[in-house]
This record gives sequence, C-alpha cells and structure tokens, in this order.
Amino acid sequence: MWRWLHPYAKPEATYRLVDKLLPWFAAFTVVSLAVGMIWGLAYAPADYQQGDSYRIIYIHVPSAIFSMAAYFAMAVMGAIALIWQIKTAEWAIPAIAPVGAAMTVVALLTGAIWGKPMWGTWWVWDARLTSELILLFLYVGVMALYYAFDDVRTGAKAASILAIVGVVNLPIIHYSVEWWNTLHQGATITKFERPSIATSMLWPLLVSLLGFKLLTISLVMMRFKNELLRHELHRPWAQKELSADKELSDGV
Amino acid sequence: MNSWQLWRSVLAKDLRIAARRRSDALNPLMFLLMVVTLFPLGIGPGPDILERIAPGIIWVAALLATLLGLDRLFKDDYNDGSLEQLCLLPEPLAYTLTAKVAAHWLLSGLPLVLLSPLLALLLNLPVDAWWALALSLLLGTPALSALGAIGAALTLQLQRGGSLVSLILLPLFIPLLIFATSAVENAGMGLDVHAQLAILAAISVLTVTLAPLAIAAAVRMSMN
Amino acid sequence: MAFESFGEFLQMGGYGFYVWLSFFLSFLVIAGVALDAALGRRRLQRQSQTLQRRKRRLAKRQQSPVKESTR
Repeated sequence: MWRWLHPYAKPEATYRLVDKLLPWFAAFTVVSLAVGMIWGLAYAPADYQQGDSYRIIYIHVPSAIFSMAAYFAMAVMGAIALIWQIKTAEWAIPAIAPVGAAMTVVALLTGAIWGKPMWGTWWVWDARLTSELILLFLYVGVMALYYAFDDVRTGAKAASILAIVGVVNLPIIHYSVEWWNTLHQGATITKFERPSIATSMLWPLLVSLLGFKLLTISLVMMRFKNELLRHELHRPWAQKELSADKELSDGV
Repeated sequence: MNSWQLWRSVLAKDLRIAARRRSDALNPLMFLLMVVTLFPLGIGPGPDILERIAPGIIWVAALLATLLGLDRLFKDDYNDGSLEQLCLLPEPLAYTLTAKVAAHWLLSGLPLVLLSPLLALLLNLPVDAWWALALSLLLGTPALSALGAIGAALTLQLQRGGSLVSLILLPLFIPLLIFATSAVENAGMGLDVHAQLAILAAISVLTVTLAPLAIAAAVRMSMN
Repeated sequence: MAFESFGEFLQMGGYGFYVWLSFFLSFLVIAGVALDAALGRRRLQRQSQTLQRRKRRLAKRQQSPVKESTR
C-alpha cells in the first residue's frame, strides 16, 4: 500500500517531484492571492461597524491559520523522521519552520496594526495575538535547537521531538490563553467581535485562505528544494542540477 | 534487579548526590527568594500592589528557579556514562527516567511548596490564598519537572545549553502559569478555586505520563 | 466595487494608513522569505562550484606524481 510513497525517501526523486510541482503551485498562488486581495480590498462591502479597517482580515486570518497549520505539518514531518528515519522528512523541518515563523510574524504585525484603530493601542493582550506570540516562541525554539548541533541529523531529531512536544501543547496553550483572556477582560478594552461575516465578505476571505495555503506550500517547496540540494551537494545529480542554472556557471 | 528496584536505586542515587552537594539544591531556592525580594524593591512596598501581583511573581520566579536546576539533571550521568548504561538495560528507559524526574521534583518542586508560605508572607498575600498557592505549586511543579527534563535531555550534547533550554521550555510552561496564578488570585478574593486546581492536576497528570516518552527519545538521540 | 474613485480606494474610509501599512509589511515579510530562498540557491551554486573546482584540482595533482614515477 505504501509502495508508491517509497521512492520519495530518495532525495533525487523528491527533488524532481517538487521541482515539477512548484511552478504550478506558484502560478496558482499568484492568481488566487491576486483575486482574493483585489476582491477583498476593492469589491467586498465595508463593515458597518469597523468601516474599511476590517479589510486587514484578508491577511490576518489566513496567515494566523496557516502559521498554526505549518507548525502541525512540521510536527508530522518530525514524527515521520523519528519513526521511519527518513532523511527527507528531517530536511523538511528547516524548510517549514522559517515559513511558519514568517506567517506568524505577518499575523502578529497585521493584528497589531488592526488593533491600533480598533483598540487605540498597537498591542493588546488579545487571545489570538497572545497565542500567535507564543507560537512564534515555539518556532524560534525549534529553529534554535535545529541549528544548535554540530551534527545535522542530531539537530533534526532534537527539533522533531520538540516539534511533537509543542504540537501536543499547542491546543492546551491556545485554550488556556483564550480562557485567561476572558478572565482578564479589562474595562478599558472594548473587545470587538471579529465580524460574524456576511457572504459578500466571506467569499474573498475563502479565496485568500486558498491563496495563503498555496503561498505557504510554495515557499516551503522553495526552501525544501534548497535543503535537498544542500544535503546532497556532493552527489552528481545535485551538482548537475545547480550547474544547469545559467547566470552563474558562465560568468563568475 | 527488577525495574522497581532499579527505579528506586536511581532515585536514591540522585538524592544521595544532592545530599552531599547541598548548595546545588539550595541555590535555586535562594535565587527564588531573591527574585521575590527584588520585586517590592523595584515596584515599591505598597501592600495593595504586592497583593495584586504576588501570585504572578511567585509563579514566574518558580518557573525560573526550575530552569536553574535543570542543567545538572542528566549532565553528570551523561558525562560519566551511567546514562548510557541505563539506555542499554532491558528495563524501559522511559520508566527508569521518571525516577530522575521524581528526584528533580523532590529537590526543586517540593521545597518550593514548603517555601511558599514564606513567599506569601513577604508579598503580603492574604492568608486565605496561602493554601491555594501551596496547592497550586504542589499540583503544578510535577509538570514543570517533567517538561524541564525534556528540555534538559534535548540539550544534553550541547556545551552551553542553558539559554536554549529556557527558550524551549518557557512557552510550554505558560498554561501552568495561567491556571496557577488564577487559582491563587481567586482564593485571595474568596472565590472557588476547584476548577483551576483540577485543570492544573489534569495538566500535570497528562504531562507526567506523556513526557517520559519524549525524555527517553531525547536521551536516546543524545547518545547516538 | 465598494469605492467611488481611486482616491477613495486609497483612503479606505480614513483607515488607509493602517490597511496599506499592514499589506505592505506583510508583503515585505513574505517577499523576504522568497528572496532568502532564491539567494539560498545562489549560495548553493557557489558552494557546488567551489566543491567541483577543488575536486578537479585534486584529480590533477594526483595525476602528475603518477607520471613522474613512471618516468
């Protein structure tokens, strides 16, 4: 049953597959992001409460969702790496982590900027922002651990274990932060409801969700290709692949 | 030797070592006491403010004190090879290592519980909240030790793993901090604290049962 | 279209600064990741070239002593 998967434990086969898929993913990313953003920014109606500031939702929510999804994917790769000792899964961790961290940063930035007109301050200890901040710490921990070891495989294993521990803790952290937030609802903060959204606003959001999903996957693929090449640099296929890139091999 | 005897002997060894090097066990406690002293000096001794922030200070200081004792947890056994011997034994490693977690808890968690009335006194916590503080520490610190052991095992190979351990562990400590401080606050206001304590206990049980798997995996990884 | 004119579109009902700032910063972060990946490939290329050059040099050096010894 798993036989079709088996060739992809081989780096070269994985590289060929990713290389073949990446242009398609990138193209669909550009299309869906462009449609989602233009639709959301220009065509979706303004919110009756928040006016046009709510349009930040079209990046804030997708980036928040896929920052968490990327962490989950990283933990799955970690589990595969630990259980079946598949090297390509180990290399997926440094490919995914920075992309997920970038998504987390985007969610934090947009959340803070959205908070300014709504709450009057750049930073509010709102449940979603706080859990995103903690998620960023978790990403930083995984990346720091991955690069802390001299031996790459040990680092990958350590990062895998930490990612799995983190994924078990993530729901606990998320719900405890949410609970904490309802508890400390200060009088100064008038918490605004994320708009219970009308269909005319929902459709562009769904399109941008798709766009961010494809974007996350494309960025991970780009990094993953590099990781594959980096670990196989001494192999002929990697050297051939790299010398096929024109600009450098002719000149410098 | 069956696995229970092994478990006891690992625990006894760690306790005996700690009894011979008392400063190692005492330093984190002194650190905790000093951190707690610094806050009134930094914020001002107004009893209202202190009472308000006391649960948070004590718990944050407890988290930091737990981190201090961690780098010794596996390091000596790793350096003298006895940890490798434990890996080679037929007894399940995850089970044996819980003895070391238990030793760490007895040496860092339990003293915290015993010290908590003194800390509560220093920070002007209402008497009603004392037992809640002690209970929250009693229920929460096993999870701290278990999670801490994961961090210590992951960074075993590194020469200077100290700052990395804090980076890894502090985010994982957050749920405990939230529920424990809320329990103490509620107790101070005379409200019900059973819910928070029950959640703390649940987190501890979950962590103490699942963490040994991660600890064992991390120790094995550090051996390769 | 939710806006009457392009100027209104830029103003975003008074929230223009916040909306465009968040879109701009998000774009910067994501473009940074993409650029880093592209530059990573260039770095790998350079590494691979150094590696191959070293291999060629080593091969040459191994050939010449052999010739001397046969002489």
